[in-house]
Amino acid sequence: MSSTLFRTVPALRGAIRAPAARTAAAALASTSFVRGKATLPALSYDYGALEPYISGKIMELHHTKHHQTYVNGLNSALETIAEAESKGDFTKAASVAPLLNFHGGGHINHTLFWENLAPASRDGGGEPGGALKTAIDSDFGSFDSFCKQMNTALAGIQGSGWAWLVKDKSAGTLGLVTRANQDPVTGPYVPLMGIDAWEHAYYLQYENRKVEYFDAIWNVINWKTVAERYSKA
Amino acid sequence: MVNLASLWQYLALQAPLHSAMSTDALNLTQLGLTAYTLPALPYAYDALEPHISAQIMELHHSKHHQAYVTNLNAALQAHVTAVAAGDVAAQIALQQTIKFNGGGHINHSLFWKNLAPPGSKETRPEAAVGLVKAIEATWGSLEEFKRAFGASLLGIQGSGWGWLVKEGGNGGGLRIVTTKDQDPVVGGDVPVFGVDMWEHAYYLQYLNGKAAYVENIWKVINWATAGERFGGVVEEKNEL
Repeated sequence: MSSTLFRTVPALRGAIRAPAARTAAAALASTSFVRGKATLPALSYDYGALEPYISGKIMELHHTKHHQTYVNGLNSALETIAEAESKGDFTKAASVAPLLNFHGGGHINHTLFWENLAPASRDGGGEPGGALKTAIDSDFGSFDSFCKQMNTALAGIQGSGWAWLVKDKSAGTLGLVTRANQDPVTGPYVPLMGIDAWEHAYYLQYENRKVEYFDAIWNVINWKTVAERYSKA
Repeated sequence: MVNLASLWQYLALQAPLHSAMSTDALNLTQLGLTAYTLPALPYAYDALEPHISAQIMELHHSKHHQAYVTNLNAALQAHVTAVAAGDVAAQIALQQTIKFNGGGHINHSLFWKNLAPPGSKETRPEAAVGLVKAIEATWGSLEEFKRAFGASLLGIQGSGWGWLVKEGGNGGGLRIVTTKDQDPVVGGDVPVFGVDMWEHAYYLQYLNGKAAYVENIWKVINWATAGERFGGVVEEKNEL
């Protein structure tokens, strides 16, 4: 995993674990908790760096407004859970689950997304090589066929959601999955590469012509990042 | 909503249909079935400005709604073909496509009619005295209802709609419901008015500021239409 993701995900995990580790102390402590908070990761490229495939305006709003909202929502959900837990109010804690899933998923998904994109002038576009290419050829027939299947999956999403190239840890194979809204990829699947199919990801530039966005985004997929994720999956 | 009654009648009268046509796509209109069409808007694309821009309205109506209509008809045609072929697996496989695109068509058809140009008499709650009374009886005041409705809209995770519905059955009460993606309000509840919370409904104008869209939508809600639906004067199926 690249450095940006490594920086945020442990903070997220720490925040999720913190309440459990702190249960005994909670009886003594007041309602002020010290723990990790999710933060908005910096992009490793400029907002305009993915043009002309994704406009600078889209990138800026997507990162500073949408992703920031998920970060805030995640921290707020975690706070509510921690407070509820400290009072033994597990009903209240459980009621936050949808918000935790939505905002936590939104934070995880966008963090992965920024990293599996890169300017076309740098690591973006082209085709994967090495073991990842071998696996894609084996599991999808060819890179071209994989792209087509991914685009079909993206176009078939009804509403907001994501499509992901994943490694199935139990089967050892690559696969394609879609997720509704901000549901994160979990279970036996390790997310290798994701494409955001929410309208906010493309509408200012492509309007209703989402197929054009799905075609264009291949020019800025960072296969180096995807290969690194694959090698560690 | 999907009226297949005439198809069943047709099939009953056409015994050879199964073998003769099982491999060919059937044409909805040839069978005397409804092929849905994009309804004209009851106002110009720029009529809801400044609250909803003409660009949003034109794309929303001529592109998004049209796509739901086109895909609904294609799905229904495939479904008719599958019924004629006795292919129940294919019929089942089409259900979600019919729900999504049929829902998209129903929802947008209702939405256009429950909007009206700002400042018009239809946008005044006084145009729906009985409905407003019922709202006040349920939520305490119109303002309190608007607050609750807005909170429901802003709580939608992903794409979806917020609706004021009159529950089915005698003396059905008013209720705020949200539906995901293009799920329609069906099954007895009467949609009084709906607000589209898909990003395509506001993003070109409001960007990520959807709270402002939710606030401004009240200036273009057509209370006259809402009152008619509440009073049972118009029925959803007659609006399509």
